[in-house]
Amino acid sequence: MTEQWAVFAAQLGLLALVLLLAYRPLGDYMAAVYSSSRHLRVERWIYRAIGVDADAEQSSRVYTRSVLVFSAVSIATLYLLQQTQQWLPYSLGLGAPSEHLSLNTAISFVTNTNWQSYSPEFTLGYSVQALGLVVQNFMSAAVGLAVAVALFRAFAPVARDALGNFWVDLTRGTLRILLPGSVIAAIVLLLGGVIQNLSGFIDVTTITGATQTIPGGPVASQEAIKLFGTNGGGFFNANSAHPFENPTAWTSLIEIALFLLIPFSLPRTFGRLVGDIRQGRAIVGAMAIIATVAVTLMTVAELAGSGSAPLAAGAALEGKETRFGIVGSTLYAAGTTLTSTGSVNSMHDSYTALGGGVAMLNMMLGEIAPGGVGAGMYGMLVVAIVAVFIAGLMVGRTPEYLGKRLGPREMTLASVYIVVTPALVLIGTALSFTLPGVRDEVFSTSILNPGIHGYGEVLYAFTSAANNNGSAFAGLTANTVWLNLALGAVMLLGRFVPIVLVLALAGSLARQTAVPASAGTLPTHRLAFTGLLIGTALIVSALTYFPALALGPLAEGL
Amino acid sequence: MSPITTDAHTSPSTSVPAGLGLRQITSALPGALSKLNPVTLWRNPVMFLVEVGAAFTTLIAMSDALTQSGSVPVVFTVSIAAWLWATVLFGTLAESIAEGRGKAQAASLRATRTSTPARRVVSYAPDVDADARSVEVSAVSSSELHLGDIVIVEAGEVIPGDGEIIAGIATVDESAITGESAPVVREHGGDRSAVTGGTRVLSDRIVVRITAEPGASFVDRMIALVEGASRQRTPNEIALSILLSSLSIVFVLVVLTINPLASAAGEPVPVVTLVALLICLIPTTIGALLSAIGIAGMDRLVRRNVLALSGRAVEAAGDVTTLLLDKTGTITYGNRRATDALPLEGVERAELLRAARLASLGDPTPEGSSIVELAQAEGNAGSMPSGATIVPFTAETRMSGIDVPNGPSLRKGAGSMVARWAEVASAAQGVELDGVVEEISRSGGTPLVVAERSAAGVARVLGVIHLKDVVKEGLPARFAELRAMGIRTVMITGDNPLTAAAIAAEAGVDDYLAEATPEDKIALIRREQEGGNLVAMTGDGTNDAPALAQADVGVAMNSGTSAAKEAGNMVDLDSDPTKLIEIVRIGKQLLITRGALTTFSIANDVAKYFAVIPAMFAGVFPGLSALNVMALASAQSAILSAIIFNALVIIALIPIALRGVGYRAQSATALLGRNLLVYGLGGLVTPFIGIALIDLIVRTLPGF
Repeated sequence: MTEQWAVFAAQLGLLALVLLLAYRPLGDYMAAVYSSSRHLRVERWIYRAIGVDADAEQSSRVYTRSVLVFSAVSIATLYLLQQTQQWLPYSLGLGAPSEHLSLNTAISFVTNTNWQSYSPEFTLGYSVQALGLVVQNFMSAAVGLAVAVALFRAFAPVARDALGNFWVDLTRGTLRILLPGSVIAAIVLLLGGVIQNLSGFIDVTTITGATQTIPGGPVASQEAIKLFGTNGGGFFNANSAHPFENPTAWTSLIEIALFLLIPFSLPRTFGRLVGDIRQGRAIVGAMAIIATVAVTLMTVAELAGSGSAPLAAGAALEGKETRFGIVGSTLYAAGTTLTSTGSVNSMHDSYTALGGGVAMLNMMLGEIAPGGVGAGMYGMLVVAIVAVFIAGLMVGRTPEYLGKRLGPREMTLASVYIVVTPALVLIGTALSFTLPGVRDEVFSTSILNPGIHGYGEVLYAFTSAANNNGSAFAGLTANTVWLNLALGAVMLLGRFVPIVLVLALAGSLARQTAVPASAGTLPTHRLAFTGLLIGTALIVSALTYFPALALGPLAEGL
Repeated sequence: MSPITTDAHTSPSTSVPAGLGLRQITSALPGALSKLNPVTLWRNPVMFLVEVGAAFTTLIAMSDALTQSGSVPVVFTVSIAAWLWATVLFGTLAESIAEGRGKAQAASLRATRTSTPARRVVSYAPDVDADARSVEVSAVSSSELHLGDIVIVEAGEVIPGDGEIIAGIATVDESAITGESAPVVREHGGDRSAVTGGTRVLSDRIVVRITAEPGASFVDRMIALVEGASRQRTPNEIALSILLSSLSIVFVLVVLTINPLASAAGEPVPVVTLVALLICLIPTTIGALLSAIGIAGMDRLVRRNVLALSGRAVEAAGDVTTLLLDKTGTITYGNRRATDALPLEGVERAELLRAARLASLGDPTPEGSSIVELAQAEGNAGSMPSGATIVPFTAETRMSGIDVPNGPSLRKGAGSMVARWAEVASAAQGVELDGVVEEISRSGGTPLVVAERSAAGVARVLGVIHLKDVVKEGLPARFAELRAMGIRTVMITGDNPLTAAAIAAEAGVDDYLAEATPEDKIALIRREQEGGNLVAMTGDGTNDAPALAQADVGVAMNSGTSAAKEAGNMVDLDSDPTKLIEIVRIGKQLLITRGALTTFSIANDVAKYFAVIPAMFAGVFPGLSALNVMALASAQSAILSAIIFNALVIIALIPIALRGVGYRAQSATALLGRNLLVYGLGGLVTPFIGIALIDLIVRTLPGF
């Protein structure tokens, strides 16, 4: 046991070191990308092609409209690509998936959720993977970054209803951040043993003489952006537990680092863009503390290994790969649920009740520690706004965050924001167990394990969808009309309602002149504020789910 | 200068009982009961939800009792219903008590409003007969007076309505409004021309133009304010209500989905328990006390004789980042005092002081008496020489003094005039005098030249008395405090930059505006506001009105013109400009109280979850009893204890809501640390202890 904890400490320490080293350069680089006034030649071509004046700033209303139009077109394109798969080249002879599955998948990839109700290697060919899914892996992450940066810009001291230009932010995020990062990541993963080919299905004869069909594909390239953009949709159904996606304990650690890199560096970008790097430090501190506690709790639960199967096996290794071990699995599982990545290197459904509960709780926090690319940061800023509002009163001033007053309009937007995700999770789960017809289908088809754990599978699915995570308690059979449509709707609302609210909030903050900071201003760069952020996140977001968790993981594990 | 105190009840003029008297509660009870009316209660969504829960539980209790069925014992349902009603009632009681505190004041104000006879001038001719000596007058009741009517008020009569003096001067007893017994002078023209209806003229005769319609007078507004009738929710209160509502909505969803979820795992939870959980989770504590906090904040201002014309202004006072303070009367005593005597060459200091004292004996102004005091302090004493003639100051001569029969004539006054009177002989003396005069001016003082003409007719200049604006005691410390609170002070003065700089340095203000015209003042306010600052200022003159209107917090002096009073958003009945500092504190205290109780209320949720969740599900999942960290006796005692705690905590916090949390002038960092510890951590821990203790009693009841 002590040995396991030593491994845990070493791996966590190594990760922390990598993230710490990347924090400044990556954060500063991203700040430079979004504040630069120069366009690359290829970017100019793109702007000309889509007919955009790259130097014109957009108001919050126009910015929002651009995000929504772009995403709607993306969903439609991805849906049509799947529906026409049978006519596309390199489709490996695969036909079009069902309409509801295609819709679910289209929404899933455009919302950066990457929930997969299907086995990708046997459902989607190379064309759809490369032209559809991979493109959205870049775009959905770039949209998240753009929205976050638009919110950062709203804190500029001078009143101005301008949040930047969505098309420029989208292009730069893709070409200057995600693409180069993914190229480097793909090379590293290739060196680590991840496959990259276009060889389709290969039939091999196994040692025992049986025939096995082994799918190949351009895995490393897709793997890189899957992680770097906190997407999570794997090439294989087994995701990063598959040896072609994630061959060794080392590649596993690299993959964890990849999906943590941007989310943990964005606070620095925020600090840079608002002109006070200490502000970013307070936020990244809160993220790091929550993440460390979460991964530790999960590891405690898994190493304790309560339950009959682990006791029989000697450790909670069901659903985990021996090449990663318990610690390598919990690090990945905690990281992927804290970042809205949703890729897995072990099966969360097989975790101990409490360990699986931590995975759910991570998502229930609202994906803010550090959360998805961009989305985590704007989610955390909304939590910060709520925290500032309550605590700001306690210093005797109308609350203001970075000099921007939080009045009725700002608080209405933040208040609706904090309601949306819990509402989607709870209503979605509740409807699955109450709608006549649906309830029977959920019990007979979808749920693998009866009783409390089966309930947990459904709760996990809706939590994952509403928070745009994409991981699953994989025992659940999600490819049913109800779950495809319900989860699709939840993913869509869970992504774009918050985005609309955040951009409206950004507009209303941007239109204010900042109050200069003085000794009477609530300090938002100190440790006390970090504590406040954690407390607010726990009480306002996580506590909401206490009853739901009590019925599932807590009832099962205690 | 009155001492500034942090708590309302420590100030002698504003003593308020700290705790809740039984009488206060009983007199507030009828009001509290009438506030239970759902038609009005729905404005407070949190408490409305509690009331709906209480009504719902009551119905369940009745039907369970009649049908002898139900999943939980009737005594449990009845107890929950009773305590839920108590929770709502405690909330309305808090509001009612807060309003009650203003009622007494309103009653005494109302007494001044009783209609008084008035003498209305039928046709007023300002050019011919400004004093209205020979005009036709009709007797009407004060309630029949309208805007623009002219009335005559003489000694002993009550002024029939708010107005402006258009002719005459009078001493007026305003104690009915301000509580200050010393009469004040009100006169036509200038900045002391406004009179308030209900006050009494003590001497002389004035002609007043009525400036308010009946029912819209200053006193009427004041009554509405102190009673809380005209209270409108402030932006911050609205923002907080929105946040509280959204938290309530989340918890409604949580509770509504529990049974659907439990249908997949576990057993359905009784509706009474769900209602109890909901009420435990929604922020009832702050929901119940929110409006009481607002009313009490206004009340604290009223008790300091400041009328805020809107609640918004009180909050803005807490946000103020720049204070504009007039030099005269606010920073300095406003009257210059003699601080030194500088004899010219060949004159003894004692001789100068003796002459200066004699010249000032007949001078009743503060400057004059300060010269006498200075001389006496250095051993010059004695009474006025018999038969001496006092030469008063006139604007023409710009000097004053005394003529002693068969003795010298003495004069003091402005340099050039006195020098001319004394026929300064030599150029050398002239140069020396100019030097001294200039030096005093540069240091921020006023030179007062003293000269003598002997009985023989020989005149000579003796020296110069240094008159200085004296900064009020304790102000530098006060400004340092404001700086710690993050507030910048700017001194406004008509003095030249040299004088202004000297006084600014002495008083310890952060900045000053010298030779300020009203236009400069308003430009400064605009500039500060463009930089994101919130500006507060005081003023009394008509020329202050635009600046008062532009400022975020404009405090008009009650003694000022009605234009100033209309322009500002607060009126200080004591006309004490220093009170601005106190107003800022009250604004901050109001916001802090609101934030502290919100934090406390939200932090309470953690413990309540730990009380109710195991109680709800431990029957089906025994493992969940591990969450019962308070070792509560049974499911029902746990839930009831949580509900009782939830209700009692409202009562326990009413005194804090009314009094405001303690406020010390500290930096935001220090304030946050302290309040987080007390109300955040306190809010986390208190209910764990409270619920456990209540459970010790509840478990002894039959049926639990």
